[in-house]
Amino acid sequence: MSAFNAIGEEREIDRDEFTPGVEPQPTWCPGCGDFGVLKSLKQALPEVGKTPEEVLTVTGIGCSGKLNSYLDTYGFHTIHGRSLPVARAAKLANPELEVIAAGGDGDGYGIGGNHWIHTARENHDITYIVFNNEIFGLTKGQTSPTSPKGHKSKTQPSGSAKMPLRPLSMSLNAGASYVARTAAVNPNQAKEIIKEAIEHDGFAHVDFLTQCPTWNKDARQYVPYIDVQESDDYDFDVTDRREAAEMMHETEDVLNEGTVLTGRYYVDEDRPSYTEEKKAVGELPDEPLAERYFDDDAEWERSYDLLDRHK
Amino acid sequence: MSDDELIWRIAGGSGDGIDSTSQNFAKALMRSGLDIFTHRHYPSRIRGGHTYVEIRAADHEVQSRGDGYNFLLSLGDSFARNPQEEAFYGNEEIKPLSENLDELREGGIIVYDEGLISEEDVEAINLEERAEENNWHVFPIDLRSLAKEHGREVMRNTAGVGVTAALLDMELEHIENLMSDAMSDDILEANLEILHEAYEMTIEEYDFEHDLRAPEGTHETEQALLSGSNAIAYGAIDGGCRFISGYPMTPWTDVFTILSQNFPDMGGISEQVEDEIAAAALAVGASHAGVKAMSGSSGGGFALMSEPLGLAEMTETPLVLVESMRAGPSTGMPTKPEQGDLEFVLYTSQGDSSRVVFAPGTIEEAYEQTRLAFDIAWEYQIPTIIIYDQKLSGENTNVDVEFFDREPEPGLGTTLTEEELLEAAHDASGKFERFGYDDNEKNVSKRSLPGQKGGRYLATGNEHSPVGHISEDPDNRVYQMTRRIEKLDSIREELDEEHPSNQTYYGDETADYGIITWGSSHGAVAEAVERLNDDGHSVKGITVSDMMPFPEKEMTEFLESVDEAMVVEMNATAQFRGLIQKELGRFGEKLTSLLKYNGNPFEPAEVVEGYEVNVAEEEREPTAQVRIEPAAGD
Ligand SMILES: Cc1ncc(C[n+]2csc(CCOP(=O)(O)OP(=O)(O)O)c2C)c(N)n1
Ligand code: SF4
Repeated sequence: MSAFNAIGEEREIDRDEFTPGVEPQPTWCPGCGDFGVLKSLKQALPEVGKTPEEVLTVTGIGCSGKLNSYLDTYGFHTIHGRSLPVARAAKLANPELEVIAAGGDGDGYGIGGNHWIHTARENHDITYIVFNNEIFGLTKGQTSPTSPKGHKSKTQPSGSAKMPLRPLSMSLNAGASYVARTAAVNPNQAKEIIKEAIEHDGFAHVDFLTQCPTWNKDARQYVPYIDVQESDDYDFDVTDRREAAEMMHETEDVLNEGTVLTGRYYVDEDRPSYTEEKKAVGELPDEPLAERYFDDDAEWERSYDLLDRHK
Repeated sequence: MSDDELIWRIAGGSGDGIDSTSQNFAKALMRSGLDIFTHRHYPSRIRGGHTYVEIRAADHEVQSRGDGYNFLLSLGDSFARNPQEEAFYGNEEIKPLSENLDELREGGIIVYDEGLISEEDVEAINLEERAEENNWHVFPIDLRSLAKEHGREVMRNTAGVGVTAALLDMELEHIENLMSDAMSDDILEANLEILHEAYEMTIEEYDFEHDLRAPEGTHETEQALLSGSNAIAYGAIDGGCRFISGYPMTPWTDVFTILSQNFPDMGGISEQVEDEIAAAALAVGASHAGVKAMSGSSGGGFALMSEPLGLAEMTETPLVLVESMRAGPSTGMPTKPEQGDLEFVLYTSQGDSSRVVFAPGTIEEAYEQTRLAFDIAWEYQIPTIIIYDQKLSGENTNVDVEFFDREPEPGLGTTLTEEELLEAAHDASGKFERFGYDDNEKNVSKRSLPGQKGGRYLATGNEHSPVGHISEDPDNRVYQMTRRIEKLDSIREELDEEHPSNQTYYGDETADYGIITWGSSHGAVAEAVERLNDDGHSVKGITVSDMMPFPEKEMTEFLESVDEAMVVEMNATAQFRGLIQKELGRFGEKLTSLLKYNGNPFEPAEVVEGYEVNVAEEEREPTAQVRIEPAAGD
């Protein structure tokens, strides 16, 4: 008998199941883009056939980190910047869990930057949603790694001297096998992208533009966006690294100049996920390791059997 | 300083194969029926630089490296370079000979490689004169040529072992067998030839005027020679650990390596990751998902783990971390032992955080307490830490093989099955009351795992309600906080009842002078106490392993039973003495400290000396590189 019967359960799933029945009311500000992520996840999850109990959402700290307080799955609200290492290990321990990591641009691209690059490089089968509002929200409006050059804030009163980070290009270069950008102001696309990301077998990075009306009124994310997949002007092959890279550059060049391009930029269906790679070299058991602890018939090796080399 | 023991020191350059040669020789001595304790001294560089390994072998129990040594096999440093006069690392091929003479006992033996160490160099260090003064027996032998003639130059270690065996009147059988096990056919033959050649040649060409011979002994039961790192890794395996994540840092790397090499065959998972924050966070993630997981590091890397450590505590995720101390602050002395991270490990992480900390003092304890660490972490849903050091990590001791013959314990402690979850409390929306107000036996609320039916909840590093919602409700805060802290009381109770043996007592029970130590200083102190009592003093000793929760009852009883006590530890700020005073709130006037922090572990003689200076209040500084810190109020 399985110890994790919620995993792979086949039944009609109601969207409402993902909403906590008793408290808490979201503490996000009215008009916050984070509502958009929550909504698209609640729509996407039943559509890809996931039950709340087989999903583990792992978040960092920030307004974004509250996502799983309002989304009724198994959740782990970790610490600032560390959602990915926690998520990675949960996936390795039990590859059958649907693991979704989420955080903010400060959380994920700033303090957690190292983990992001390495998770992409290893191509863990995780969906990673970064709420990119180009600002630190929860700590009240400081400049973030994606804030445009010249952005003024309380901690950079003369305007930031730094170039903004380019999340799409970074992720592609690091090795992510799915890279997309979507926006809270574009709910239909957002839902589709999230669905694709969840179904993608590998590291799926979604840079999710979320507006922060409280601290970042100037952000360009309110302007009309263009969906690159739907526009003939931006015809490119999403499975081609070079073409994808070029498109990402173009997108990232113009983000803060009035045009917001969103869509799928790169999809590599051929690259094996980390779990597969690790199995292939014999470093990951075929059955989920977590299951073994509930198996009364499992054989547990003893150190006693290793002592020969010490005699 | 008994003469019925051999302390053999092999010295050479780092990278010259000193380690493997000494491992084999130590095992051969063990197989001949002797008890073994090894000590390793090496510089923080990859090749070249003076290094040595000491093997103490006797027909009786040996608990420390001993005092000095009586046989030097000096191979010279074949990687020596930097001919400049002032060069820090020196070019001195001679160092493996010259640097070791101070500790060589009277009547000892020196074998050095004439093929590598030049005659002028030997003259320059006045070896002849010193040998005469100390009655040393010197054997200059061209090991290099001997090795070259029958095989390759690097095999001069084997030649050295052959000479040693001849001079000590040992049988070659055990050495031959070990070589056959360890070497492939193509090099085995040459090595065996060299071994025999060196052995015969020594017997034929030299008169043996020295008294030293290999001691003889027998073991009633089969023995295994292993290090603290082995013991910790094996304790983890038997404690059900199957997930390790880490980032290399000396000396923790040993444990990491051993588990990484064994886990693939055991269905376990090992991950080398980008940094130590990730390493500990991965262990938290794996544990959260239902696997017994562990991570670890040494001081600098452990500093980075402080965040995930706190996260594990707040979310009540079971976790085992190991911390292998080396001399600090900062990068300090990477290859030198110190017991300087105690306070750091006890208190790191913000808030009123608590964890369990064990400091094993011997190989057996390292195994035992690692198992215990897994047990307690999963039973009480709390991080547990094994703190040890470069010394315990690297020293090899023989242990009865039987000791390891036990059943593994893979159980997940207070984790519920799906059937049990059916019975458990849920809130109105169907969320499991993971941190519930009821059902708190020993302050522990039962846990569920992601993917289990009926177990849904939110784990968060923020303060949280019973189902895991972020909460700043004052009543809930007090409830949750108190429960988390009071787990330590429950654990203390269990330890007192079931594991009082974590503390080790020795010496004269009726003595009114006590010596107190912790962790890897145990062996040297235990031998010193024995020696003091043999010499007609009356001293008792205790080695403490439970750092948190502190063994209040046991320590109080011990300190009430003595008039004075000396706390022996390898650091400069008397951290353990501070802990005793903090935990017990008294006894300050009874405690003095004997501290050593020069990068080398205590030798028993230094502890004996510390006692003499202290108790006799002699008007002298101890001669060794130790410091006496007087009692409070002095
Ligand atoms: C180690 C650590 N450093 C700093 C903080 C304070 N902190 C909380 S949220 C945050 C920034 C969040 O910004 P972002 O990730 O962009 O998320 P947002 O709030 O905009 O969603 C910071 C710096 C913290 N909690 N932990
Ligand atoms: S501060 Fe900004 S990001 Fe945070 S909730 Fe308010 S609007 Fe959203």
